[in-house]
Amino acid sequence: MSWFKRTVRNILTDTEDKKDIQAGLWIKCENCKQILYQAELQRNYHVCYKCNYHFRVPANTYVDLLLDENDRQPRFTNVKPADPLQFKAQKKYSDQLTTAQKKTGSNDAVKVFEGHSSGIPVVLAVMDFSFIGGSMGSVVGELIARATDLARETRKPLIIVSASGGARMMEGSYSLMQMAKTAAKLGQLGDAGIPYISLMTDPTTGGVTASFAMLGDVNMAEPGALIGFAGQRVIKQTIGADLPEGFQRAEFLLEKGFLDLIVPRKELKQKIHEILSILHVPA
Amino acid sequence: MAKAVLDFEKPIFALEQKIREMEIMSTQTEVDMTPEIEKLKEKLTELAHKTNKNLTRWQRVELARHPDRPHSKDYIDRIATRWTELHGDRLFRDDHAILTGLAMIGDQRVVIVAQEKGRSTKEKLYHNFGMPNPEGYRKAMRTMQMAEKFHLPVISLIDTQGAYPGLEAEERGQAEAIARNLLIMSKLRVPIICVVIGEGASGGALGIGVGDRLLMMENTWYSVITPEGCASILYRDANQKEKAAEAMKLSAQDLLDMKIADKIIHEPLGGAHRDYDAAAKSLEIVLTEEIKKLAVLDEDELVNTRIEKLSRIGVWEE
Ligand SMILES: [Zn+2]
Repeated sequence: MSWFKRTVRNILTDTEDKKDIQAGLWIKCENCKQILYQAELQRNYHVCYKCNYHFRVPANTYVDLLLDENDRQPRFTNVKPADPLQFKAQKKYSDQLTTAQKKTGSNDAVKVFEGHSSGIPVVLAVMDFSFIGGSMGSVVGELIARATDLARETRKPLIIVSASGGARMMEGSYSLMQMAKTAAKLGQLGDAGIPYISLMTDPTTGGVTASFAMLGDVNMAEPGALIGFAGQRVIKQTIGADLPEGFQRAEFLLEKGFLDLIVPRKELKQKIHEILSILHVPA
Repeated sequence: MAKAVLDFEKPIFALEQKIREMEIMSTQTEVDMTPEIEKLKEKLTELAHKTNKNLTRWQRVELARHPDRPHSKDYIDRIATRWTELHGDRLFRDDHAILTGLAMIGDQRVVIVAQEKGRSTKEKLYHNFGMPNPEGYRKAMRTMQMAEKFHLPVISLIDTQGAYPGLEAEERGQAEAIARNLLIMSKLRVPIICVVIGEGASGGALGIGVGDRLLMMENTWYSVITPEGCASILYRDANQKEKAAEAMKLSAQDLLDMKIADKIIHEPLGGAHRDYDAAAKSLEIVLTEEIKKLAVLDEDELVNTRIEKLSRIGVWEE
């Protein structure tokens, strides 16, 4: 198997991409370790057809999955990140941004679309974990805020697909304050009586979970998604013990009462349609 | 109480000691040393000002964490009358990391929500080092909604290194509790004045930190994570905390420059720990002013202005 592993490693640019779908004919399932036929995996929405493991997929996959074809209007595409603190740790933040932009072809870690989902007009925001770990800086906060305003002004339901490692430390307290900004906008959306569906994918953690991701009228997640506030390493250090099996996974959150439901990827569109058709009567 | 002395405070303490010795000598020997003493006192003031002016961001962090620094309870004791602590979130239990209650500040009736770290080892354990669990945020939410019901302004005192990263905190929905507070606070129809009195780290601080005013005591810090946390992630070495503190720009002056903080509350020279009464007076004066300013706004205007302020925060290109 060593030739296989090496091939896979060479394609990787950093560890965060570990779970990204690899190019090639065959791929090994992260979970059951079975070798899967790439084309078959794709047909199955990047869900392992042997064990139902949900691979992490690029943001665009959810756009394809949730929005009807030929009607996907990108919004706010001219908003780009700055480097307000001129931040530099081991790397310069400005360099990290350039690298991430080249790698993903996106300005930042979220994209907003207007379109229809099963015929219902919606606003969709999708986060991209491959852009600096889906971290929330000014642009992510601003785009979620604008998407929410757009949903309120056009009276279209809002769907946000989250995937995030948390706050973007390189933007300091600007990053932190995006939590308050997005929550405030969702408060206004709620007061206007427009539904918001929050879909949490693997992983959704930190400041994103502790702001817009947890504030859905309906909170849903994909099977097995890691969802939490504190990181597992930090929790382990704090309690000085190993974490129980399945801790902070979607099934755990459902059991503890913080998710309304878990939806397999291939059923997402249908389920969202069912929910919206009850909660929302288009104008 | 044994006085803790930070490195950069040492020359000041040495000079103070010298002045005390001269004063004692002066009385004992009946030699008038007033001119020399006056001169040294002038030198002391000058040194204290200079030290304060040149503090690095990390040194501000050290002051914010000073073992003798006044905490929420010390301020409440000094600025509040008729204090009635209200316990419990009505759901699970009472979280001692956040105190909530009713009080008067001057002639103003208020609700106070405050993070408390505790000072002695026993107190620190009791207050969980000021690191709230979800029930703390839910208790704060409950009392803030009570404030709304009875048209009382909310005073929120922030002093935490973060929400508690425990297993049970996750089980009980730390993220949901913080998120819910952000939303509720953003549209609460009474004035909310938030004050960072020590440390303000991450969603743990913001969970009681959304309001019409964000005030910062002079020697405090506020950011997305502790300098140690940032250092261990971005430098892969927690010892790089001083560099991380500089890079994150977390001082009161930084937050004012970013237009996130609205005002810096001056502390007695050398820091709030040098004179609790003076620090409390300084806080009380500003709180009283701000409560009066906010009281004239009607509820819609208040909430709209608050949300507009939040909407502007951030830097991007377009
Ligand atoms: Zn599998």
